Amino acid sequence: MSSKQTFIQNNKRDAPRARPSSSGWRNWIVVAPFFLFTLLFIVLPSFSLLTRAFLDNNGKFTLLNFAGLFEPSILSAYWVTIRISLATAVGGGLLGFLMAYAVTVGNLPRAVRTGLMTFSGVASNFAGVPLAFAFIATLGRTGLVTLLLKSVLKINLYDQGFNLYSFWGLTLTYMFFQFPLMILVITPALDGLKKEWREASENLGASHSMYLRKVALPILLPSILGSMILLFGNSFGAYATAYSLTGGFINLVTIVIGSQIKGDILYNPGLGYALAIGMVVVMSVMMAIYYFLRRKSERWLRQ
Amino acid sequence: MAYLSLSNVSKVFGTTTAVEDFNLEVEKGEFVSFLGPSGCGKTTTLRMIGGFEMPTTGVITLDTEDITYQSPNQRNVGMVFQSYALFPNMTIGQNISFGLQARKTPEKEIKKKVDEMLGLVHLEKHIHKYPYQLSGGQQQRIALARALAINPRVLLLDEPLSALDAKIRVELRLEIRRIQQTMGITTIYVTHDQEEALMLSDRVVVMSQGRMEQIGTPAEIYNYPSTEFVAQFVGQLNILPVTQVNKKDGTCVLAGQQVKFDQSFERSISETPRLAIRPEEIQIGIGEGRNTLKGRVETVMFLGAVVRLRVDLGGVMLSADLFNERNITLPRAGDEVVISFPEHSCWLI
Repeated sequence: MSSKQTFIQNNKRDAPRARPSSSGWRNWIVVAPFFLFTLLFIVLPSFSLLTRAFLDNNGKFTLLNFAGLFEPSILSAYWVTIRISLATAVGGGLLGFLMAYAVTVGNLPRAVRTGLMTFSGVASNFAGVPLAFAFIATLGRTGLVTLLLKSVLKINLYDQGFNLYSFWGLTLTYMFFQFPLMILVITPALDGLKKEWREASENLGASHSMYLRKVALPILLPSILGSMILLFGNSFGAYATAYSLTGGFINLVTIVIGSQIKGDILYNPGLGYALAIGMVVVMSVMMAIYYFLRRKSERWLRQ
Repeated sequence: MAYLSLSNVSKVFGTTTAVEDFNLEVEKGEFVSFLGPSGCGKTTTLRMIGGFEMPTTGVITLDTEDITYQSPNQRNVGMVFQSYALFPNMTIGQNISFGLQARKTPEKEIKKKVDEMLGLVHLEKHIHKYPYQLSGGQQQRIALARALAINPRVLLLDEPLSALDAKIRVELRLEIRRIQQTMGITTIYVTHDQEEALMLSDRVVVMSQGRMEQIGTPAEIYNYPSTEFVAQFVGQLNILPVTQVNKKDGTCVLAGQQVKFDQSFERSISETPRLAIRPEEIQIGIGEGRNTLKGRVETVMFLGAVVRLRVDLGGVMLSADLFNERNITLPRAGDEVVISFPEHSCWLI
């Protein structure tokens, strides 16, 4: 064997090993809980929902559950739910956007941002019975704020037409967790607005409003739309807050589903399943609208 | 009166002085570069001219008009940013027309101007593309076209080439100079790249720690640096310890060997004088009428156009740059060599 060959062999033996790539199966194990969770709590329930929506109480195939969706009370439930979801998505979205804009792009002190973000983290998760109780305790007929306004400013909210247990009362209550959620989800997008875009715009002679109209808002539009859809979905699926606050007085789809499944007087789980499918359809339509608008508004992004 | 003038301008952020007592007069059509290391205040000064920072003290006038406290959108000053700052939601054509729309220019004129600007930067075919569809160099050309479209009184460029790779950088700086000369536009250019500043500028302002160190033509800055900072920051420089300095005769002793230095080039000299000499002034071999020293080659570094030798003069290390030629015969590490340089090429600092 020549010395050259020996060198090559030695060289091979001494060559540093390439960094071992992680085994594929290990990576799959790490993400397995996600897939398991998805299967158990999304895919299987959805499948179950879909199949049971076509069964009557005796387990036989029927289309009556879906026919029931077109009853006036059910259509009204959908309409009320959509209206509340739209109102809180738009209202909470705008309020949250303006507040997030003020603490990110505006010149407010850093401490205000920190405080607002902390509040938003807590408030966006404050829902259900505690939230309903908090609002009853403050804005209910004998709530603290109601009485304070009555005694100090001589303003009786309820005489003025306000009612916490009405559509707008519920909307106001939902806003408490909607606008903080908007702040949380839109802030990263606002942070992504480059300072140089504003400066370039000013440098080219544009006013602040021109910058907002032509640069900032078009760039933010996809994020704003996405966030508002999230808010819509958040409100659309809410149950505990509305039920605790109004006790079923407001005809929301989630409350109707609850009463169909819990089996008080209206026991008809098949209709409940069909109602849930109806909610999936509404959300799908909203997602489709969102997808269309987003595609239109972000043609300029790298595809 | 100068076209653009900065008088006693300073800027303080909290307790930090970013720019201190800055005075500059720029003539119409002149190309002036601010050169210095990061944090020396060059960008802050540029931003004060652009209106993005308000001076703490001082006055800025442009074409006899006091613009010190004018907002950026009233100054009619064009700016090109390091990160291009093209609006990503607009096509190239829309980007260039943005400033004209802000000025409510008639649509017909806007179209004509956009075409003209695209022609100037040779990117006519890209009018309908979005910024992400262009390379970094192309985006920066569009940023330049956008800044020029508004017919600015002054063009400000804030390290416009730093984000680009070396080859594009060289191409684009030639392009910038060509366009500047074609349009005759007064230009302020910020850079930390000395080659860029020397190549592009009519005059260079060297800055350090918020202060102007020297202002002059590229040749003045390079050949006659007024401070040690300028001498070291611009180009390569050997700074060598010397003894037995005789300012009258213009002689000193370097590593035990006598050297004559340039007496006429008077600068403030430190308490322990040192001899400054540029590596490219040094030759291998004896030269008539030149300082001649003996040494030993430590390393030979091939840098392409230049070959850099590190020569040990007996405890004192010195760099010498030789221009590369195809048939060059290079000394090897360990070789004893004689080096020489003219007396006018070295000075005391």
